[in-house]
Amino acid sequence: MINRAEVLETNKMIQESKLDVRTITLGISLLDCIDSDLKKCCDRIYDKITKTAEKLVPTGELIEKEYQIPIVNKRISITPAALVGGACCKSKEDFVEIAKTLDRAAATVGVNFLGGFSALVSKGMTKADKDLITSIPLALSQTNALCSSVNVGSTKTGIDMDAVELLGHIILETAEATKDQGSLGCAKLVVLCNAPDDNPFMAGAFHGVTESDAIINVGVSGPGVVKRALEEVRGENFEVLCETIKKTAFKITRVGQLVAKEASELMGIPFGIVDLSLAPTPAIGDSVAEILKEIGVDEPGAPGTTAALALLNDQVKKGGLMASSYVGGLSGAFIPVSEDQGMIDAVNRGALTIEKLEAMTCVCSVGLDMIAVPGDTEPSKISGIIADEMAIGMINQKTTAVRLIPVIGKTVGDTVEFGGLLGTAPVMSVNSFGCSSFVSRGGRIPAPVHSFKN
Amino acid sequence: MKRAVITVVGKDTVGIIAKVCTYLANENVNILDISQTILKEFFNMIMIVDMSNAGNDFVKIANGLEELGNSMGLVIRIQREDIFDMMHRI
Repeated sequence: MINRAEVLETNKMIQESKLDVRTITLGISLLDCIDSDLKKCCDRIYDKITKTAEKLVPTGELIEKEYQIPIVNKRISITPAALVGGACCKSKEDFVEIAKTLDRAAATVGVNFLGGFSALVSKGMTKADKDLITSIPLALSQTNALCSSVNVGSTKTGIDMDAVELLGHIILETAEATKDQGSLGCAKLVVLCNAPDDNPFMAGAFHGVTESDAIINVGVSGPGVVKRALEEVRGENFEVLCETIKKTAFKITRVGQLVAKEASELMGIPFGIVDLSLAPTPAIGDSVAEILKEIGVDEPGAPGTTAALALLNDQVKKGGLMASSYVGGLSGAFIPVSEDQGMIDAVNRGALTIEKLEAMTCVCSVGLDMIAVPGDTEPSKISGIIADEMAIGMINQKTTAVRLIPVIGKTVGDTVEFGGLLGTAPVMSVNSFGCSSFVSRGGRIPAPVHSFKN
Repeated sequence: MKRAVITVVGKDTVGIIAKVCTYLANENVNILDISQTILKEFFNMIMIVDMSNAGNDFVKIANGLEELGNSMGLVIRIQREDIFDMMHRI
C-alpha cells in the first residue's frame, strides 16, 4: 500500500513545486472535411471539431478533480489547414474564412488554443500552401484561439528558402496587423524544421497526416519539481545530478501517462503520446532558467549554459522514456524567453543574447522561442535567423523552431506584455549586419549528406 | 477495488477524525488505513479508503469533503490512489 512519505512527496510536487499537466491536446483529422465548396468545407470542419471535442474540457476537469492535479490547458490540433482547404480555397481570403471557422469551433468547445493553421512546405509550396501562408497575418489578427505553424525544412528534404524568405515578410506583417496587442499575433506563429506530427504544445501543434482520425496527446511539465529536487543535491557530482533529474523526470512523466490513459478511456479516443517536456511559465518557481542556475551557471547565457542544458535535456528524456508507453512530440526542455521569468531576468542583466540562445537550441528540444525583437527589424534578417535555426535542425536531425515577435513601435530596452502564459518579453537586439543577398537567392538548400541512408 | 487517498491538513481541533469518518460512513466509503500526526499544533492525516461501494460519484464526495473541511478550517483532499501508484511503483 502507498505510504505516507509517497503521498506527501506527490502532493508537495503538485502544491509547492507547481507540478501540472500542461496540456491535453486532442488531435483531429480534418481530411474527411475536404470539399470543393468553401461553405460546405467550413460547415464540415465546424461539425467535426465540435462533435469530436465535445467532451474534451469536461473530461480534463474531471481528471483534475479526481487526482487533484491541475491540467492547465485543453487544446485541439488539426490536420494542416493548407491540405484541408486546398480544394476550396482560391485565395488568401478563403483561408481566412477557414481560420474564422476554426476559431468559432474552438470557442464552442471551450479550448484556449487550436493549432494547425499550418502548411508543410519543407521542399516546396503548392498554391494552397502559399495562399495559406499569405493569409496568416489576416487570420491571426481576426481570431483569438488560432495558432499557426509552417514547416519549412527537414533533414530528409533540406530547407525551402523561398518559404523562409516569404515568412520574414509574413512575420512582420503579422506583427503590424496585431500591433495594438503588442504584436501578439507573432506569438501564435511558429516556423519549424523537422516538425513532429504529434506535438501537443502550441503554437506548433498540428495533427499530422500520418495520424489516425482522432488522438489524445498529453504534454507534461514540471520545471519547479526538477529545481526543487536539485536543491537537495547541491554541490554533488554530475552522476548524482543526472540521476536526480532522471528520477524526477520519470515521476513527472508517469503522471502524464496516467492522465493520457484516463482521458483516452473517458473520451473513447486512442492515446497517442506523452510529450515529456519541461515547459516553463512566467510564474515564480516554474522556470527552466532556475534549473540551469541550480545546476551551476550564474545566469543562463553564462559560459557552461549550453552544456548544462544539454545534460538537462538528455536526462529528462532518459527518465521520461521508461515512464510512458509512447513518447513523442518535442520531449525535452523548452527555453522560451517571455514565458520564463529566469530567462527574462537573464536578458535584462545582459547575460543572454539571441546568439547564445541559438547555441542553446542545438541541444534543447525546440528553438528560438518567444523572443521579442525591434519592430523595425528588416524582413531579410528575420529570414536569416529562421534559416540559421532551420539549418541546426536539418543538420542535427532534430526539431527546431523560431517564434520571433518583432514588436511594432518598440526597440531594444523596451518590454512588451502579452499576459497569461505568454508572459512578458524584453526586446532583444539583433545583429546589425544584414543577409538580404543570401536569403533572396531563391530555391532551396539541398538535403544534407547524412539523410541519404537508403 | 477503487481506492483513494484522503489528506486532511489544518489547525487541530476536537472531533476532526470523528467528523471525517462519519461523513465517509454516510457515503458508504470504507476506511482501510489511517495515519495521523500533530506537528506544531497542525493536524495532518492521511487515510486510504475503498470507494467500491460508495453511494455517490467521486466528484460529489470530493466536493462534500472539501465543504466539510472548509467548515472546520481544514483542507481536505481526496485523490484516486492511481496517481501515487503510478509515480512511486513500477
